[in-house]
Amino acid sequence: MSIIIHKNTKILVQGFTGKIGSFHAEEMIKYGSNVVGGVTPGKGGMTHLNLPVFNTVKEAVDQTGASTSILFVPPAFAADSAMEAADAGIKTCVAITDGIPSHDMVKIKRYMRRYPKDKKMGLVGPNCAGIISPGKSMLGIMPGHIYKEGKIGIVSRSGTLGYEAAQQLKDLEIGVSTSVGIGGDPINGSSFRDIIEKFENDDETIAVLMIGEIGGPQEVEAGQFARENMSKPVIAYIAGLTAPKGRVMGHAGAIVSAYGESAIEKVELLKECGVTISKNPSVMGETVKKVLVENNLN
Amino acid sequence: MDIHEYQAKKILSDFGVKIPTGGIVYSPENAENKAREIGGSKWVVKAQVHSGARGKAGGIIICNSPLEVADATDKLLGKKLITNQTGPEGKIINRIYIEEATDIKHELYLGLVFDRSSESIMVVASTEGGMSVEEISKEKPETIIRSKIEVAVGIQQFQAREIAFGLGIESKLISRAANTIIGCYKAFSELDATMVEVNPLVVSQQDEILALDCKMSFDNNAMFRRDEISELRDKTQENSNEVYASDRGMNYVSLDGNIGNIINGAGLAMASMDMIKLAGGEPANFLDVGGGATPEKIVKAFKLISMDTKVKVILVNIFAGINRCDWVAEGIVQALSKIEIKHPLVIRLAGTNVEKGNEILKKSNINYIEASTLEDAANKAVKALG
Repeated sequence: MSIIIHKNTKILVQGFTGKIGSFHAEEMIKYGSNVVGGVTPGKGGMTHLNLPVFNTVKEAVDQTGASTSILFVPPAFAADSAMEAADAGIKTCVAITDGIPSHDMVKIKRYMRRYPKDKKMGLVGPNCAGIISPGKSMLGIMPGHIYKEGKIGIVSRSGTLGYEAAQQLKDLEIGVSTSVGIGGDPINGSSFRDIIEKFENDDETIAVLMIGEIGGPQEVEAGQFARENMSKPVIAYIAGLTAPKGRVMGHAGAIVSAYGESAIEKVELLKECGVTISKNPSVMGETVKKVLVENNLN
Repeated sequence: MDIHEYQAKKILSDFGVKIPTGGIVYSPENAENKAREIGGSKWVVKAQVHSGARGKAGGIIICNSPLEVADATDKLLGKKLITNQTGPEGKIINRIYIEEATDIKHELYLGLVFDRSSESIMVVASTEGGMSVEEISKEKPETIIRSKIEVAVGIQQFQAREIAFGLGIESKLISRAANTIIGCYKAFSELDATMVEVNPLVVSQQDEILALDCKMSFDNNAMFRRDEISELRDKTQENSNEVYASDRGMNYVSLDGNIGNIINGAGLAMASMDMIKLAGGEPANFLDVGGGATPEKIVKAFKLISMDTKVKVILVNIFAGINRCDWVAEGIVQALSKIEIKHPLVIRLAGTNVEKGNEILKKSNINYIEASTLEDAANKAVKALG
């Protein structure tokens, strides 16, 4: 199995009829994802890309049985759409939208606490590339063809750096079970820890590549989780060695403001947790390969 | 986005926080009049720049007469203030804040930030006002009080009281102090702030609780709904290239090195900078042109990099996903037909249709060095420095 999305996962597109939503919905369909419809308030009843459009997520879930959604809604309305998905019983929502205010993210996360664990939606992103289970389903904006089917789990804040990793692995003929982009925002739906826990519980995944960056506590929290709970090897690269303190490096969350948030400190703390560090971004693939060989996993 | 001290204080005062009487001035004559208008016998002349540690840098001057206020203003206006936070180039002083001096009994620290672990708003306070929060955590960590606020219901009276008692404030002043803390919280939560720092918050000899200095930062992503905040932006306090970039939707940070970067994606941009450093070079900037890397964006990026006089070599690293390399290559060719680049140029393309992309570059008359991997690109860029 892959994690989160599989061959038949039914997908709704929120912000379906917009330019960006349409473009990526088509790409996902071409890849083989099971897109069953979309939501654009006020355009319910229309057909778009030969699929039904609904006014509300609830209606869309009722009619299609969708369990998953991808969100291309503009930042000002994105929080509302994510909460609507949570309330309609969507199990996983991937928010691609870049530029959601942090106060809105805090609000979404607080809102989702009203649901018991088994009914609670998993939010991935925002400001992320989405999820791909190669050969099965793509719920994101990545170039699907650079991912080879296989057994490595990838979790990355950055989109393009995740692509870089997938390409390096493919060049070494190593495939990916699922790749998850958790996004570059300071407050996000799923953390590194949330995702590596899923990889640990996935039969198909044999090792995890975690691509982090400066800012926030999540990489180190994931490292601590791995030390205590993981049987599978974890390999990590942390971007931002040269980033000056106190400056935002593109991603709203990529800012060093406390101890343990710089690349050097994160690398040290992860090493202490037994995580293998890829010493530079050019050898992420090679480092994974080395770990597989050392652990007789290749 | 950062704002000036006087702007932050005005906001706090709108939320019921007491601040010393003061006013903003743009000339020494102005300053003298303002001092007379404020009254009293002692004034503080404060340079308004987006930086902390202004006092140590000479940006805050205590004066005993309106004439001294005028002199101090004259001395500061138009100068660059160099603090340990501005970098060696400093920041221009275009505005001066004149304030009545306060007789201080106690100096306290009060800060509000997003806590990324608990995903709530955190109030941080200490009895050691006047020191930076980093210094306090290093030297007097035992004085730090932290209080997590549940955003759904906001700060409660008891929480504010607990913080106030924790700061050792006298019983008769507790409700005043609590209201000050609540005012700061409201400013933070109602205006999409990412940081509110009152340092020092003081108890005066007259038993008033006053915000003596204040720094505020706001969420750039929320400015679409905060016109009243975005109009407080002072571009003279920002690096001019960074202003140029942000006005054109690019993420750019100016750095001290000499290898200019044009990269798509923030993570890949940071990673490329790391590779430059590991190859023995120093990046001149961070630049993320966005996942798309459209030809228009590439043109703007080349313009931006060519404005930076530090740059000696330019490194382009694009991982084309949905947007194919051939399309990106055409964008680069198009950009270089419009802008003359005098420095060596290293280009690394990766991803979809990389062969086609490299072929387009080769067939064009661009003078460049082709690179295959991230590492190769960084090595070639450093080598091109000569």
